Amino acid sequence: MLNYVKLVVLGLIILFAAMAANFARDLAYQVHALLIIAVAFGLFIWVLRNTDEPPKQTSPPTGYMDDVIRAGVIATGFWGVVGFLAGTFIAFQLAFPVLNFDWAQPYANFGRLRPLHTSAVIFAFGGNALIMSSFYIVQRTCGTRLWGGNLAWFVFWGYNLFIVLAATGYLLGSTQSKEYAEPEWYIDLWLTIVWVAFLLVYLGTLIKRREKHIYVANWFLLSFIITVAMLHVVNNLSLPVSIWGSRSVQLFAGVQDAMTQWWYGHNAVGFFLTAGFLGMMYYFVPKQAGRPVFSYKLSIIHFWALIFLYIWAGPHHLHYTALPDWASTLGMVFSVILWMPSWGGMINGLMTLQGAWDKLRTDPIIRMMVISLAFYGMSTFEGPMMSIRAVNSLSHYTDWTIGHVHSGALGWNGMITFAALYFLTPRLWNRASMYSMAAINWHFWLATIGIVLYASSMWVTGIMEGLMWREVDDQGFLVNSFADTVSAKFPMYVVRALGGVLYLVGGLIMAWNMWMTIRGAETKTAPAVAPAE
Amino acid sequence: MSDNQTERRVDDETGIETTGHTWDGIEELNNPLPRWWLWTFYACIVWGIGYCIAYPAWPLVKGATEGLLGYSTRGEVAADIEMFKTRNAELSTQLASADLETLSANDALQRYAVSGGAAVFRTHCSQCHGSGAAGAKGYPNLLDDDWLWGGSVNEIAYSVRHGIRNEQDSDAHWSEMPAFGEILEEAEIETAVQYVLKISGADHDAGLAAQGAVVFEEQCSSCHGEDGKGMIDQGAPNLADAIWLYGGDAETLRETITYSRFGVMPAWGLRLTDTDVNAVSAYVHQLGGGQ
Repeated sequence: MLNYVKLVVLGLIILFAAMAANFARDLAYQVHALLIIAVAFGLFIWVLRNTDEPPKQTSPPTGYMDDVIRAGVIATGFWGVVGFLAGTFIAFQLAFPVLNFDWAQPYANFGRLRPLHTSAVIFAFGGNALIMSSFYIVQRTCGTRLWGGNLAWFVFWGYNLFIVLAATGYLLGSTQSKEYAEPEWYIDLWLTIVWVAFLLVYLGTLIKRREKHIYVANWFLLSFIITVAMLHVVNNLSLPVSIWGSRSVQLFAGVQDAMTQWWYGHNAVGFFLTAGFLGMMYYFVPKQAGRPVFSYKLSIIHFWALIFLYIWAGPHHLHYTALPDWASTLGMVFSVILWMPSWGGMINGLMTLQGAWDKLRTDPIIRMMVISLAFYGMSTFEGPMMSIRAVNSLSHYTDWTIGHVHSGALGWNGMITFAALYFLTPRLWNRASMYSMAAINWHFWLATIGIVLYASSMWVTGIMEGLMWREVDDQGFLVNSFADTVSAKFPMYVVRALGGVLYLVGGLIMAWNMWMTIRGAETKTAPAVAPAE
Repeated sequence: MSDNQTERRVDDETGIETTGHTWDGIEELNNPLPRWWLWTFYACIVWGIGYCIAYPAWPLVKGATEGLLGYSTRGEVAADIEMFKTRNAELSTQLASADLETLSANDALQRYAVSGGAAVFRTHCSQCHGSGAAGAKGYPNLLDDDWLWGGSVNEIAYSVRHGIRNEQDSDAHWSEMPAFGEILEEAEIETAVQYVLKISGADHDAGLAAQGAVVFEEQCSSCHGEDGKGMIDQGAPNLADAIWLYGGDAETLRETITYSRFGVMPAWGLRLTDTDVNAVSAYVHQLGGGQ
């Protein structure tokens, strides 16, 4: 019976998408309508073939639901390479503008590829990593199978459809011009549906857990899911110009819009890239080290302090703008107070290695985790420092900001995700270990040197840029033109792009290593797949 | 759950008791908060409270607390600007009404004009003329002595103040070359192209150039002069030198003659102060090509 309902719904979606493709007011909307027709048609055929068939004999679902996590691991590796490639290419575009090829205009200029890069690394790579690892962690630490049956599959495929729609939209010129929230209204609506499903799967699993207490990783992951839902909905409040077009008008205007955007933008960093990845850290670090978490008290205090303080820190993105001074002060004060709560995660992660420090010499995965926590600590110190108004007056709008973001993103988010992928791949495919430990070592060093080149070149060029912009002679006249600062940055742009190449090569080595592991032989002794007890 | 989940044990490596919980094999030690961490956290909070008292911070019904120091970001930048304004007030007033021809006699004023003009140039002019003032296709090089509308400092100041071919200032320099594609046959245009190549000293077809001389005489010489050396009061470029605004190859010349050109410059007098106009004119004049 359910299948008949599905067929009707899919048929209606195809009909509506066909009308949308016909009446489309812009290219991006039209291409997306055609894409949705293709997806819905494929699903329609698939459901139709299974309708009124006797149910397949499947073993009772007692074990963990790991198929969707395996798909997530592959998607994470794939989108990682795509995102690093896009980032490296646009880094070269900045150094060598001729790479904005005439024949590829207007699709492949820096302006359209830049959101493609940021969304690919944050939402495609980071988002898939968070979804798949939260599914893994919540099952293991609750001792129960994912709630909601195939809803987890809906979350996985729905989220990846969102990514494809967003990415193709950017290339075709559809954007609402909000940083990290570029997708237009219908893509936002779709993501909202998917995210609510994600929340339901996660909450449902937590509720039916077989452990008395909720493990700390789950606090962080739940706060990430709930807060991102709130941020996404509020920042994307907008009115479509037409139901047949991708353009929309924002609900807020002027400084209110800017403040909403950076309340969103900063907490996307805070709850997506910090809280979510801390959830990953709190599971994978003690598992890989085989050691207890350093301090339960610290995890409670720094968790509540972190989520209480982070949400107020957004105004530091708008120092010296139309934003009133009082809001700017509060943003700065909350950011500085946030320093220690952020470091709580680093301390708890690093000190968990107490008694296992010798593994740093032998285990490249532990090494990745340590360097990840080190970059986390560095960028969560740098962030509060840059939020101080006087520092911000030098750093704002310069490449220092880009360097800061990348030391966090490449160092913290990237490295902890690589470590999680190396942890998960052999376990999920039932292999003894990764295909090549030497390759992990190579990946570690390539990525680390890549980050150092990237971050240091952007620090140098950012501070230089800031100093050149503000330089005045003894009579108060500006000494440099903007173009002077751009040409002065050229050598550092080349260094940064080379750092990106090293990071990309590391990512490719990882993808190869994962591929070889998955293709390799299974171990004879199957690990326990049944939930605890 | 099993009973052992609530059982605490002492960790062998560190001698610290666990909390007794276990999740998928993960335990937690019952370590206290690190003291240095806690005290630094407290110190940040105390600093934050102090900062909120000293600076504008808390929103009220109308406006916000202003802070004991009376600081505002707008006030800070206004004070900064005011400081330089006061310091330069005398020179600035002098420059606004200075005779630019004799400016170089006054060392202090000349220095003020040139460094101020350089700043104006970098902010407003470099987008088209380049930060080194060497120009680009369609935007004249200001370093050489080849001037379209005159290179004396007062002529430069006039061009800056009123601009070229803009609608905003009725005193703007104005001239318009016809699009000869609507007037001449393609073959005639080709002869004119060859003639211009000839007088500029480039390779050309001598036969066509000879025919082109007649076309040039009839159609072009009234603005560009009999000898093709241009006319300052028409803004008509000298075609006999090797300096080109849009390009001196046959293809570009063909395009220029067929479709004409219409270079526009804004009237900066509407946007800049007299001091700034004079300053940037003095700056451009001393770059090397001033007459």
